[in-house]
Amino acid sequence: MTKTQQRILMGNEALGRGIVEAGVTMAASYPGTPASEILAAVVTFAKETGADLYAEWSVNEKVAFEVALANSMCGRRSAVSMKQVGLNVASDPFMRAAYLGVKGGLVVIAADDPGPHSSQTEQDSRFFAMFAKVPVLDPSSPREAKDMVAQALELSERYGLPVMVRPTTRVCHARQNVPCGPLLRLNRPARFDKDPRRWCATPVFVLSLHRELNDKIDKIAGAPEFAPQLTAGDGSYPGACVIASGVAFAHTGDWLEELGLLGRVDFFQVTMPYPLNRDFIHQVKIRYQQVLVIEETYPVIELQLADARVQGRTSGLVPREGELTPDVIRPVLESFLKLPARVVPVPAGGGDRPTLCAGCGHRAAFYAIKTAFPGGIFPSDIGCYTLGLNLGAVDTCHCMGAGISQAAGFYRAYAAGGGEFPTIVATIGDSTFFHAGVPALFNAVFHQARFILVILDNATTAMTGHQPTPQAGCTATGEAGHPVFIPDLVRASGAGFIKEADPYDLPAFMDLLRSADAYCRSPAGGVAVVIAKHPCLLDREARQGQPVYSMAVTEACTGCRHCLDDFECPALSLDETDGRVVIDGGRCVGCGVCVHVCPEGAITAAKEGRP
Amino acid sequence: MKQQIIVSGLGGQGALTLTRLLAEAAAAAGLPVITSETHGMAQRGGTVISMIKVGPFRGPLIPAGEADRGLFLHLKNLAVHRFYLREDAAVFINTALSGDYLSVDARSLAAAHGLPPVAANLILLGFAAGKGGLFAGPDLLAEMIAAKTPERFREASLKAFQAGLAAAA
Repeated sequence: MTKTQQRILMGNEALGRGIVEAGVTMAASYPGTPASEILAAVVTFAKETGADLYAEWSVNEKVAFEVALANSMCGRRSAVSMKQVGLNVASDPFMRAAYLGVKGGLVVIAADDPGPHSSQTEQDSRFFAMFAKVPVLDPSSPREAKDMVAQALELSERYGLPVMVRPTTRVCHARQNVPCGPLLRLNRPARFDKDPRRWCATPVFVLSLHRELNDKIDKIAGAPEFAPQLTAGDGSYPGACVIASGVAFAHTGDWLEELGLLGRVDFFQVTMPYPLNRDFIHQVKIRYQQVLVIEETYPVIELQLADARVQGRTSGLVPREGELTPDVIRPVLESFLKLPARVVPVPAGGGDRPTLCAGCGHRAAFYAIKTAFPGGIFPSDIGCYTLGLNLGAVDTCHCMGAGISQAAGFYRAYAAGGGEFPTIVATIGDSTFFHAGVPALFNAVFHQARFILVILDNATTAMTGHQPTPQAGCTATGEAGHPVFIPDLVRASGAGFIKEADPYDLPAFMDLLRSADAYCRSPAGGVAVVIAKHPCLLDREARQGQPVYSMAVTEACTGCRHCLDDFECPALSLDETDGRVVIDGGRCVGCGVCVHVCPEGAITAAKEGRP
Repeated sequence: MKQQIIVSGLGGQGALTLTRLLAEAAAAAGLPVITSETHGMAQRGGTVISMIKVGPFRGPLIPAGEADRGLFLHLKNLAVHRFYLREDAAVFINTALSGDYLSVDARSLAAAHGLPPVAANLILLGFAAGKGGLFAGPDLLAEMIAAKTPERFREASLKAFQAGLAAAA
């Protein structure tokens, strides 16, 4: 493709397209909502355009950042993408990269999740950028997000700094017609210039690097190209202005247009929230008496304006937490611009909570865990299996890998009294185990904690869209990698009890858990590791590869709800007319596990075709 | 031309497919379009909503009480997402039950045509298009389905859409 063509792209696809068009030669990522689709789009567009680009799903965001950083140190354009809490994991290299700088452009895409919809915090990565003294661009739409990737890379190369692009869920998962253009082909071979005072700066050099960083940020704050854009008003609202950024700018603009106020009140879009343009800060101070700032999710622009006249998250006019949807923004505008209130229908609430899929191996494992250890403590982790909380088999969910360390901490807390300790069962998914579980396991084994670790191995990163894990042996580009096997890692930890089993065989799996508990409590015991292996059934091949049973509920069903409340398979429901459980043939996958769940033996399974 | 549409369903029912097709249809008709989708954990069987805004909009979200059209893949979502609809909105629902909306029993129709339950989404789309309720006509939507559906699902997808169209007649 040589000329510009409009295509309907999701924000994350637009970011991926932007990465490929801007001449990036390396893109690394770890999946996490709302950022997951970026790297897949990079791979797709690189293949489609023949771009010479290396892409990888790294084991975690810190690794992704460091791999991409080294490519940049060789003078080549690089991109790393992650969700906002992924930046917490990558914060160590991120902070230092600001001091040491980069050579080839390095764009850091950190996707925020105001709301939050699918995250453990609604933290603002722009704040993180300010903390690190890294410039950040804040797109309001997929189209802008794509353009900002190229702008970020140019800025990065001009000042020798990493530059962040911070989309939010409503940009990442919006879809829009986006112009796609030709590729910038830079043809830069790798060239690493040794410079120990910079690349391995000891504290004696860090002070001057910090001074250089401050100078760079000062220059960027004074550069006119990223100054906020003004849609000038006609003087109807003298001395007042509305300042917005990100998708909140888009929603505010839509309201102003509908209200006939676009072009009547001064309205600024901030495309670079940090460093906020110095002249803009000055102009706001001398020209306006009333200033409204609308931004997600923390008051980054507001704090840089540092003026008591500013209304926003800090003053409380804008709610201090939560997503700025049109319905949240509207009353803020009404209050600020003294408009009559709009009457709006109120949400009724309700709706179905998400649940593990019918036939999910995790459900079987969770049912076994809580049945085998009714008084147990169940730390868990981040992934589909967090939904085990619906089943009462997940007591904690903190951050990637925390479940294993928490299990060790729980054991120490209870063991401190010297008495009985409850059975502690940590659960973690295969991808999360690679991400941050390995050091936690090594630490727990070394310190002789006593708990059961169940690694829920479904052979994929299911929650975020089935990215391959290192064990799958398939890279982001679909090529063969050198697989790393979970049992080998567990053996390397020195754990004294390691077993693999399919949780579908519930009675055997419960026996295995009990023997693991016995090991934990034996004199020479420690961490017992059970690898619960069952492939994710959203993988078509996995589903075709297992037997399918024809399930039925007999008249022995008493309607006790045990299978509904404690197993929660979405294919089971209570028929209110006869008080018995019914199986939804459209949702049941015939896994047969619920046969072991019914206390009355009222659920039967027959081999498909032979009822 | 401005039309704001919500597509409401449960994770796995194919709300995203409808969102994509409507966005492509808008683009093919030369209309600006921006959509919003639900991804992540809610896709595991939870209540999901997509929004399609056709016309010169900046933001992807529809405010309460502003949607012109509602496509509901499950009747129970009507209570949850009704507040997005204008009072005069046209509402199309996959259900065997009748009410103050236009209904099509898409799941039964899918079974009758030998299609999987998930095909109910395209039956509902065909039904809404057949009732003349969408910014795009049946021919354009059928063209989009043919152009944007992977080959192994193409025939079944078109069959589902046509079944919905026929049910609207």
